[in-house]
Amino acid sequence: MSTISKADVVVIGGGIVGAAVARELSRYQLDIVLLEAETDIAMGTSKANSAILHAGFDAKPTCWKARLNVLGNALYRQLQDELKLHIGWTGSLVVAKDPVDMAVLEELLVRGQQNGVNGLALLGRDEVLAREPNLASDITGALWAPTAGIICPFGATFAFAENAIRNGATLLRETPALDIVVENGRVAGVRTPQGVINTKFVVNAAGVRADDIARLAGDESFTIQARKGEYILFDRSVRNLVNSVIFPAPSKISKGILIAPTVHGNLFIGPDAQNIDDKTDIAATGNGMDRVITGARRLVPNLPLQAAITQFSGLRATAEDGDFILRESEAARGLVHAAGIQSPGLTAAPAIAQVVSALLKEAGLKLSEKRDFNPANPLKPAFQELSWEQRSSLIASNPLYGRVICRCETVTEAEIVAAIHSPCGARTVDGVKRRVRAGSGRCQGGFCGPRVTAILARELNIPMTEVRKDSIDSRLFFDKLPGNCEVPAHE
Amino acid sequence: MNKQFFDVAIIGGGPAGLAAALSARKAGAKQVVILERDVELGGILQQCIHNGFGLHRFQEELTGPGYAGRFVRMVRADTGITVYTEAMVLEVAKDKTIWAVSPTLGLIQLSARAVIFAMGCRERTRGAIRIPGYRPAGVFTAGAAQRMVNMEGFLPGKNIVILGSGDIGLIMARRMTLEGAKVQAVVELMPFSNGLTRNVVQCLEDFAIPLHLSHTITFVHGRERVTGVSVAAVDANRCIVPGSEFYLPCDCLLLSVGLIPENELSRAMDICLDGLTNGPVVDQYRQTCVSGFFAAGNVVHVHDLVDFVSEEGDIAGRSAALFANGELPLEKQYINVKAETGIRTVVPQRISLPTAAGEKVRLFMRAQEPLTRSTLTITTTAGKLVERKLPVAKPGEMIVADISTEKISPDSQEIIVTLLPQSLGGA
Repeated sequence: MSTISKADVVVIGGGIVGAAVARELSRYQLDIVLLEAETDIAMGTSKANSAILHAGFDAKPTCWKARLNVLGNALYRQLQDELKLHIGWTGSLVVAKDPVDMAVLEELLVRGQQNGVNGLALLGRDEVLAREPNLASDITGALWAPTAGIICPFGATFAFAENAIRNGATLLRETPALDIVVENGRVAGVRTPQGVINTKFVVNAAGVRADDIARLAGDESFTIQARKGEYILFDRSVRNLVNSVIFPAPSKISKGILIAPTVHGNLFIGPDAQNIDDKTDIAATGNGMDRVITGARRLVPNLPLQAAITQFSGLRATAEDGDFILRESEAARGLVHAAGIQSPGLTAAPAIAQVVSALLKEAGLKLSEKRDFNPANPLKPAFQELSWEQRSSLIASNPLYGRVICRCETVTEAEIVAAIHSPCGARTVDGVKRRVRAGSGRCQGGFCGPRVTAILARELNIPMTEVRKDSIDSRLFFDKLPGNCEVPAHE
Repeated sequence: MNKQFFDVAIIGGGPAGLAAALSARKAGAKQVVILERDVELGGILQQCIHNGFGLHRFQEELTGPGYAGRFVRMVRADTGITVYTEAMVLEVAKDKTIWAVSPTLGLIQLSARAVIFAMGCRERTRGAIRIPGYRPAGVFTAGAAQRMVNMEGFLPGKNIVILGSGDIGLIMARRMTLEGAKVQAVVELMPFSNGLTRNVVQCLEDFAIPLHLSHTITFVHGRERVTGVSVAAVDANRCIVPGSEFYLPCDCLLLSVGLIPENELSRAMDICLDGLTNGPVVDQYRQTCVSGFFAAGNVVHVHDLVDFVSEEGDIAGRSAALFANGELPLEKQYINVKAETGIRTVVPQRISLPTAAGEKVRLFMRAQEPLTRSTLTITTTAGKLVERKLPVAKPGEMIVADISTEKISPDSQEIIVTLLPQSLGGA
């Protein structure tokens, strides 16, 4: 691992916000270091969330959330082509089941219009059921938001980070910020296990740990409450159950348990909302799954539970007043917080990045544009989506395109090798999965897991026993057995 | 590239596909092709290095590779059989055009007169059964772990708990013990094992490995690597018994929680599937509901013994060859075979008429639940075809019975199979 002793800006936290900030800053002539404590970026809230680009009618008009949601949604429309993001502009429906819900929809409509959301419309029961025939028959109406979409959240994080790296930013993984050096009330550096990185500007994008990072700089101005949400993901075979993102009428603490398609052609339900004290508690629970199933059945009664392929949970980083915390620290000048980023943080991320960039400028960071900034990521061929002619010529150029490693998702060895060697390439089996989907199908890596492990070992030049599933201490296999395990040709 | 033509194309080079290829040749197919996605023929048998294969077919106890090896040599010796390995079939059209890709040959496009599906099955995963807890390293399906240990030589853990007492789980309990790991327990949701009795005896009892029947895993502990599992008893409705929970420390959880026929290709072609077997509905020739498409082995229904898989491959291979040559009797009528009381699944699910004189059809059945002293009855509206006393019937062990088709009159509505305790009206 390279040791870096100085930087113009250190961004702490390789989630969607940290990656978007790094990419935004990479437009300027700056040395940017993105620090990530885990083996990979997008390992916290950015990997386990509802994967939705919200339209922006939820938040109260005066807050950051409202402004940045609508702006973020618009920015993704520009970024989609540049960064080669997987986005489906499906629209969303908030469905009502009684007069109280209907009143909530009216409120949302007005609020959405104040927030500048285009195209909102209240639909009657029949109109809703015509769009979504599998919805519960007792619904009374819905708020239609055509600008809502679905996105691959870790794909977006990789895309931002990859573009930042292509434009000169440095990503350091498995590099936690151990301390923030503050001198005379100003940031002077960030201490990591590899030494101190001297810097005058730090962006705190540490998700559920953003308050811990603030405290490293002596800033106790906010606390982050982790709020767990559980999800169940379904097989592609039931994708057509809904066509758009379906929310129930919202409650005070949550948008409620929703059902939505994914950009990869799956379907998911979730999340519930449980405040928890342990910021590492991402366990799925029996009660949580029951809550999610019960909630989703209120929207779609015929839920195909036998088609579930996996469950997961994620933590939302919620601040006390419920809004994003976007400001320079008063305790340590030069430290800019991007904290409390819960929903709609994924949608708002590119807008948050612009705000953070402006805050850094106000704090004294010199932003001079880089002439050779390249906003675009190259297109990566996804074998599964190609025509036979394209497949044939790809295999001719690289035979590894002819070796299908993941059967469920038709992922070839060439794609996996490319995912390992791309900027911010995969280091772990789950890292490969999140980049190219090997192992994310219905067999969940039963066939391809060992093969992906072997490809990682070969490409990273490490022993099989050092290949990890996901997190730092998640090695998959123990010793190599003694002797030669070749199967003899004779009986 | 040039399109190639074959009489019979077989997708999958495991035991069903290998037997089908040989049998198709014997029945008159001139050009047969096997498309195998792995680097070598043999399928899952390659990783099954334990013995017990071939008792029916060869009256010998072979290992998995030993059993496969016999077929592979015969297939390799037959110049009428073309084998493509590392050839992953991605699409099959109703006109029997097949597209596959391989790193050495690139895009393979071929056409056949008859197609046999022999893709085997895959393992049910943790996600499908919703086990709560973390998602650390160290949770493997038993078959994936078996491949790693037996073919690649890596241990998935040293201190192991196994969920599910299917045959792979049982065999891995013994295998891991022999490799020096400690197998803490096998946990089984049902009040009985789903594996072969001989495997319960030889893999658990002989090694004093505890089998917790009517128990399940309620939580996977460990954020990075498995550190243990919580286990609890379940009642007759498979609900957790409050207060029964206990903790088992382990570094690895192996799952043997069921096999699912791999019918992605069949599903994409709208071939009718049986909701209980998860395989295609087939007749006695193993022909599916789409003319000229046949299926054999674990893709049809999950077998307990490879010998029966080969037998099914024989049937499908012969039928496909006859179809390719225009000699398979054209069906005029189907009679459905229905599993009723006591029987969960039956294959074939229908019999096509007319049948040849003297033809016998072998039915493969699975019991709904374990029964001692029961009576198997196979009847048509016209009368009984088979009545047989079974001292022991277990869901894990296939029941096999032959029926003589001469007794099936074309006006029989359906054939009904039941398994009843002898005290309940059985003979």
